[in-house]
Amino acid sequence: MSIVTALLALGVLALIFGLVLGFAAVRFKVESDPIVDQIDALLPQTQCGQCGYPGCRPYAEAIANGDDINKCPPGGESTIRNLADLMGVEAKPLDAAHGTEDTKKVAVIREDECIGCTKCIQACPVDAILGAAKHMHTVLEHECTGCDLCVEPCPVDCIDMVPVPTRPENWQWNLQKIPVHTVESSD
Amino acid sequence: MSAELTDIEADRLWNFPGGIHPPERKELSSGTPLSSLPAAGDYRVPVKQHNGEPGEVCVQIGQQVLAGEPLTKPGMANGLPVHAPTSGTITAIGPARIAHPSGLADLVISIRADGEDNFCELYPVPDYQQLSRTELLDRLRDAGIAGLGGAGFPTDRKLALQRPLDYLIINGVECEPYITADDRLMQEHAAEIVRGTEILLYIAGCSKALIAIEANKPAAIEAFKPLLADHPTIKLRIIPVKYPSGGEKQLIQILTGREVPSRGLPIDIGLVMHNVGTAFAVQDAVDHGRPLIQRVVTVTGENVRKPGNYWVRLGTPVERLLKRCDYAPEPQQPVIMGGPMMGFTLPDLTVPVVKITNCILLPASSELAPAQQEMPCIRCGACSDVCPAELLPQQLQWLAKAKDYDGLEEQNLFDCIECGACAYVCPSEIPLVHYYRKAKAEIRNIARDKASAEIARERFEARQQRLEREKAERLERHRQAAEAREKAQAQAVKAGGDNPQDAVQAAIARAKARKAAQAAAATKAGDKNDGKNDGKSTGDSE
Repeated sequence: MSIVTALLALGVLALIFGLVLGFAAVRFKVESDPIVDQIDALLPQTQCGQCGYPGCRPYAEAIANGDDINKCPPGGESTIRNLADLMGVEAKPLDAAHGTEDTKKVAVIREDECIGCTKCIQACPVDAILGAAKHMHTVLEHECTGCDLCVEPCPVDCIDMVPVPTRPENWQWNLQKIPVHTVESSD
Repeated sequence: MSAELTDIEADRLWNFPGGIHPPERKELSSGTPLSSLPAAGDYRVPVKQHNGEPGEVCVQIGQQVLAGEPLTKPGMANGLPVHAPTSGTITAIGPARIAHPSGLADLVISIRADGEDNFCELYPVPDYQQLSRTELLDRLRDAGIAGLGGAGFPTDRKLALQRPLDYLIINGVECEPYITADDRLMQEHAAEIVRGTEILLYIAGCSKALIAIEANKPAAIEAFKPLLADHPTIKLRIIPVKYPSGGEKQLIQILTGREVPSRGLPIDIGLVMHNVGTAFAVQDAVDHGRPLIQRVVTVTGENVRKPGNYWVRLGTPVERLLKRCDYAPEPQQPVIMGGPMMGFTLPDLTVPVVKITNCILLPASSELAPAQQEMPCIRCGACSDVCPAELLPQQLQWLAKAKDYDGLEEQNLFDCIECGACAYVCPSEIPLVHYYRKAKAEIRNIARDKASAEIARERFEARQQRLEREKAERLERHRQAAEAREKAQAQAVKAGGDNPQDAVQAAIARAKARKAAQAAAATKAGDKNDGKNDGKSTGDSE
């Protein structure tokens, strides 16, 4: 009889705790970023595919599944450092097999040479090229990530990758580099 | 009325932490009356002279323009137009060096003056109270008025924010050494400034204004006193001399005891501030219809023989202004735009005067020593004693050198007003403000990159979705076409017509029969020949 009471008591307790825990799990659910989203947020989103994956999100998924963190040339050292912090692994130098870190560039179409084949439009991962068949195409400079993917498909080689120019807005206050001219006499 | 407002009404002044007392040197230029430069020669008008988006150029090369004619249409976000400073011909539109510490080029419209200085038709407002607030705001925008105190924020945008206001503050403090442009303007045009203040009060929907002047400008104070006797809503406040009491946040603290929240605006605490020069420009734009095409610029320093204040048309090259003032440069002469504390050295003298240029300074090497070699920080703490924003300049410097941007934001780097007090007192000659500016630019660039990466991610995902949707739509179309075909066939059969399937079946049967006949013929032929052809012919028939 006492065994039955004990089992009953424990059973009731288990039920109560189960209900409490179940309620808490629903009520106080922690909305945390899944790791893939966190990795994706650190990647530069150029969608260039130099890592060997078709875009930044697939590479983020691969990193979450244990791939190396040093395959992103556009992100460079700083991205590797951030990824190492997030993943709790050692930062390592950029894998040269995937390319080298370069200055940020944008694609520019030499518009009088464009034949309107739409091949670059199909290649652009962020829809930053505007145009239609047999009409001139042009790159939306603000949206271009500089991924290079449009250069290769162009049959007439009319796409150049130009470094982003320094403007007063994005200038870095390198005072030592300003060409200060000596003022001549007013006479 | 709350106790605090009673205190403010009772002329109480507060104090802000820190601050310095550098030599003022204002007597060099404050004595001579304002004069103008003849309208002649070339003018270079940068398209972007304010804090906001540049406008869209609406003139062409070769076009004749009159003084006051707009050269650009205001852009979308915080846009302001620029206007022709005098009548003449547009000679060039293209990149040229602008008044910016980087010495980089930006879009500039060049005008050759015809010497006539004819104005375009101006539309004065006979009685501003007949116009609505928004109409007046549009007028201020079309007149291209930006804050003339230094930051160049569009005045109409500042006034457009609607929040209950306790006071409008007119800033005539001009605390930076050497500069006397506002001082001279107040001495000679106090009535216009008071009138501008009334217009600003009307637009801001505010009932009371305070005009703040530093105690070292007795002539300006005397000019205002008789005028304000019959203006009960506008009060004069004479504040003690200390640098940087003319800073927006510092002046608010002195006059009201309130502190602008970190990353907040004065309007968050019921205040709005405009410079005396802006008040004058507002009056000019409303009462005379004149757009902002000139401002007062102080030309001073021991290497200028005729220092003083001048009405300078915007776009005048600094060189012409200096020639007028008869300058005598020494070897390696720096020419500073702005004052000795917050100004920057010009890359060359072709750069034009713009809306935010208040001073051109040519100091002798004996009065403003060239920058010395930076020495290690000795942790004396003098910088944090003088910081008006109660930051820790020394800590910020370490973090900036270590590129610890999160740490810098934690230490409120963006509350730094770059007044230069810390660098002024630093015994190790550390260019502290330079480190902060560099770090701020870096943090802004990182934020910009992050924002553009976010947009790229959205566009990439949108494209992926579009491709998938298109693929699904294509498959769906194929499926529907197949279904429609089957349906049509079924209906045809029902209607008693020929079932197309029957014809197909018949054709297949005919083909099979023909092949069987061929195979039979081949087998016969194979019997006569050797067995080589057997395999081939059987293969054909299958």
